[in-house]
Amino acid sequence: MQTFMPNRCPGRLIVVEGIDGSGKSTQVSLLAQWLRLRGYAVAFSEWNSSPLVRETTRRGKKKAMFTPTTFSLIHATDFADRMERYIVPLLQAGAVVCADRYAYTAFARDVVRGVDRAWVRNLYRFALKPSLAFYFKVPLEVALGRILGGRAALKYYEAGMDVGLSRNIEESFRLFQGRILAEYESMIEEMGFHVIDATKSIEAQQREMRRIVRAQFGPGRPAGVLGTPEVSVARLHA
Amino acid sequence: MQDYTRRPPLSYYQTPLPDVDYSELQGKLIVIEGPDAVGRSTQVRGLKLWLEELGHAVLDTGMARSALAGKGIKEAKQGNTLGPRTMTLFYTTDFADRLENEIIPALRAGFVVLMDRYIYSIMARAIARGENRAWIERLAGFALVPHAVYYLRAEVKDLITRVVVGKGAFDYWESGLDLGFGPEMYTSFLRYQARLIRVFDQLAVPYGFQVVDATQSADQVFHELKTSIATVFEAQPEATPKKAPAASKAPRVRRQVNVVASID
Repeated sequence: MQTFMPNRCPGRLIVVEGIDGSGKSTQVSLLAQWLRLRGYAVAFSEWNSSPLVRETTRRGKKKAMFTPTTFSLIHATDFADRMERYIVPLLQAGAVVCADRYAYTAFARDVVRGVDRAWVRNLYRFALKPSLAFYFKVPLEVALGRILGGRAALKYYEAGMDVGLSRNIEESFRLFQGRILAEYESMIEEMGFHVIDATKSIEAQQREMRRIVRAQFGPGRPAGVLGTPEVSVARLHA
Repeated sequence: MQDYTRRPPLSYYQTPLPDVDYSELQGKLIVIEGPDAVGRSTQVRGLKLWLEELGHAVLDTGMARSALAGKGIKEAKQGNTLGPRTMTLFYTTDFADRLENEIIPALRAGFVVLMDRYIYSIMARAIARGENRAWIERLAGFALVPHAVYYLRAEVKDLITRVVVGKGAFDYWESGLDLGFGPEMYTSFLRYQARLIRVFDQLAVPYGFQVVDATQSADQVFHELKTSIATVFEAQPEATPKKAPAASKAPRVRRQVNVVASID
């Protein structure tokens, strides 16, 4: 069974994935900036950001109402709304949509929460297949150091406290992220991730991403891509 | 197609929920299904009173009533910006929340759970809106297989009278206006509801629906439902071995009573 629907739109979908603290958000902003300067119309879509679903998710999180199944379903609802009303129309218009986390996040997290692997894959079968999916590979301790070093308290679901791995929130976060990491690693080949070594310098990672994007997008901008017509394709390859 | 009519004990269709021991579910799950305005709620009200008179503890629940997603769905429907797939998933979230937090605890405590609509309504609406049937069937695969599903069946022409006389107006979503099944509301209602009925008809055999002619009077329908539901209670005598020891069941029952009380 195919995992996703083929993208028949003129636009391109770029996805970044990885555990918290892998640096993917920094990298995707740099990539978007670079694409914009080259005349592409670039849009962003973040995981768990649909205004239609926000209140329900907030209520569920605040009162710790979620089970693994409802947690999985509400995130899929959020994703469907962004897909229907935002991502697909933009791709139809020819934009480059950069998604910070995609269905793979659900594949990793929901399975760690105990949701059936085949069921959650089916749940996201309506998602469009990304043109490129980058996976930011980072050792657990490095990511934990980045997260736990300089930020406010961890949140209940973020730390996977609902999974019951540990009563200590920091320990729970470590164990939870470790399991998610293992799920990502097992998906690399199946999902055709472009693996970025996230222990390298920010600049080195960005160079690698741009190289892959150039190779994938080819010599011309995809038909229908928005942007100023005078921007030459050559600049992407410059 | 699997035989989904196997029962009891209660089980799931395709995918078990995490952390549910299905052998603990002692109660009965009875579903009233059918299109909009076919008279389901009237029957559910009557059946609840009747079952309580017989001494059964009854939990009645219906769509978009979950603590988690009920409010969100109502708000989302106000704006008319809810896409068909988002709607399917939002309703499935609502269903899962009620299943895990109300229905399963009530069944564990030995309640009769009487459902005004079930996962089949979510499936039918999705399929009528062009969704892939295999996708929605697998998605809904965590639902429990009910002891009985009654499909109140009527044609669109019968529903129109009920809508006009009963509600006095056509509803945006019940008319399928989100996808514009017709040039205006009335035509859209006719086409969408006709399609919905055809989908229910297709689900009837694989999901073991018992078809009830809803063009009869409400009293006749009620009588037919009572006669059939009575057999559900005969089907499983007290002799059935129960796994959970009585001692461990008592606190659960007390806890569930609170849950049920908060629903009304």
